[in-house]
Amino acid sequence: MGKKSLSTEELVPLYKKMLEIRTLELLIKPLIREGLMRGFSHQSVGQEGVAVGVCSALSDRDYITSNHRGHGHVVAKGADLKRVMAELLGRATGCCGGKGGSMHIADPSLGILGANGIVGAGMPIAVGAALAVKKQGLDSVVACFFGDGAANEGSFHESLNLAAVWRLPVLFICENNLYGMSGPAKKMLPIKDIAIRAKGYGMPGIIGDGNDIEEVHKLTAEAIARAKSGRGPSLLEFKTYRWFGHSVNDAEAYRTREEVEEWKKLCPIHRLRDKLLTRGITQETIEHVESEANAAVEEALEYAKSSPKPEPEAAFRDVYA
Amino acid sequence: MTMMTQLEAIRCGLSEEMRRDSSVFIIGEDVGLYGGVFGLTGPIWKEFGDDRVMDTPISELTIVGAGVGAAMLGLRPVVEIMFMDFITLAMDPIVNQAAKLRYMTGGKVKVPMVIRMLSGGGLSVSAQHSQSIEAWFAHIPGLKVVAPATAYDGKGLIKSAIRDDNTVIFIEHKLLYKTSDEVPDDDYTVPIGKADIKRVGKDISLITYSGMLPKALAAAHELSEEGIELEVIDLRTLRPLDSATIMESVRRTGKAIVLHEAPLSVGIGAEVSALIMEGAFDYLDAPVVRIAGKEVPSPYNDTLEAQIIPTVEQIVTAARKLRNGM
Repeated sequence: MGKKSLSTEELVPLYKKMLEIRTLELLIKPLIREGLMRGFSHQSVGQEGVAVGVCSALSDRDYITSNHRGHGHVVAKGADLKRVMAELLGRATGCCGGKGGSMHIADPSLGILGANGIVGAGMPIAVGAALAVKKQGLDSVVACFFGDGAANEGSFHESLNLAAVWRLPVLFICENNLYGMSGPAKKMLPIKDIAIRAKGYGMPGIIGDGNDIEEVHKLTAEAIARAKSGRGPSLLEFKTYRWFGHSVNDAEAYRTREEVEEWKKLCPIHRLRDKLLTRGITQETIEHVESEANAAVEEALEYAKSSPKPEPEAAFRDVYA
Repeated sequence: MTMMTQLEAIRCGLSEEMRRDSSVFIIGEDVGLYGGVFGLTGPIWKEFGDDRVMDTPISELTIVGAGVGAAMLGLRPVVEIMFMDFITLAMDPIVNQAAKLRYMTGGKVKVPMVIRMLSGGGLSVSAQHSQSIEAWFAHIPGLKVVAPATAYDGKGLIKSAIRDDNTVIFIEHKLLYKTSDEVPDDDYTVPIGKADIKRVGKDISLITYSGMLPKALAAAHELSEEGIELEVIDLRTLRPLDSATIMESVRRTGKAIVLHEAPLSVGIGAEVSALIMEGAFDYLDAPVVRIAGKEVPSPYNDTLEAQIIPTVEQIVTAARKLRNGM
């Protein structure tokens, strides 16, 4: 069970993890331009505090379900950078052998039950995984990542209800980044805080600053403790912001440049960096961590680029009817 | 061997699998104390209790989605969706999740789940409780679709479906629940993907499944008295189709009728006809004949409903015409 607060030393690897995610995602546009990556890809730049903060409170025995904006979640849960990058490049060595791509990274052995291309689809799956956890008497929780857009799907309401009536060990993690594709939350939701919907399902609804990794960790750890003591699910809403468009092709006509710039000032990575420096971590250590993160992503990219593409016959494997 | 109804046989298969394997459980609406809409799961609930026969809120999407999640963690959920019409509320977890997870993850995930649902008309329950939409599922790579027509096949196929490591859509027909036949007392399975010749005949191959089997056999009996011998093939599995059995029969008889209750257009019959064209064209004496449900929603009034479901008379007439080369 995760501790409720982390020491300064424990925050350092989380700083590195956030940097790895950001560095990896900043490569996506260039990789698409170069033709090395194809298809749709959704970056979570600006939201790393939620992915890493939540996963830092989870153990290896815990599970996550993710969504279309899932690179951060899966890397934070322990997916190997090399295999993630290889999957983005569609290589045989990718987590899914090049058959899933950006939106479908999964590794059940790490508790990653899959990113998902369908908004809200991970929620019922998380409920079922939590049901299996409870039935098998496992000491695990399931953290289910979704966005403000998914809070308007039927699956959100059905899943919160079922998880609550069965008191399942699920954490519903809403990353409220203010936009569902182009739809502003203030136009698509009649309420400011999605967390108040928890009241309708008899569970705690908690609001946190998603760009403050310490707060994310602490609130997640509290919800884990509640779930593991049999007190059922929680809805955690973390306020955050996506710096880039919905996907790599988005003119962002629905928001202003000024709004984006205001949120960039609340960068979760810079905030943690400042905290670490204030609390006695040296500039040298910070720089060392930064170069390690860069090197890890660079190594992952080289690994992916030098990996073989899948044989054409692989298209016909792993399907049974 | 014991004579039992198809409902009893499917129940028996479910109970035996639940005794054999503690990871098997039933999840659905009104399956416990209420006993299931036709009483199939009631006795199973009495034996296994709330933990293994789980009543859910009315939330089809999340019931099936939870089945996916539980199956990913190693359990073997048998999800009950009551009337097949309600599955429209849960297509995402079936089509986008269960059918695709193994493939999308390069084989890392398996989803050993059975989804049971009731098809078919004949009970005057009108347009939203009478459909046969099996073709929707049979169109999806990654799903297995079975539709047993006898008690023997019902028990044997539910066992195979539960033991399968992949998602199986298990379609039960309301009117077949009360039909009876001999069922072995010991453990047996019926393989998924294998059709069964329910009546041997030399003149015409009649290919059908589910609720139309009793009508096919009644027609075959009637035609036999006038010297026309129908070979009745029960597909049993709609995906993957057992084309070998179909082809072997049609090459022998040279004539084929495909029969189902679902509407004609883009139905299973279209697929079977095309397979015959591709695999037995040179053996055909006449074009393949399709007999199927009419292209309207199911009406409530019983006289109206009878207009849209294929009849024994239609089959007999079609067979006579085919035999006489018309």
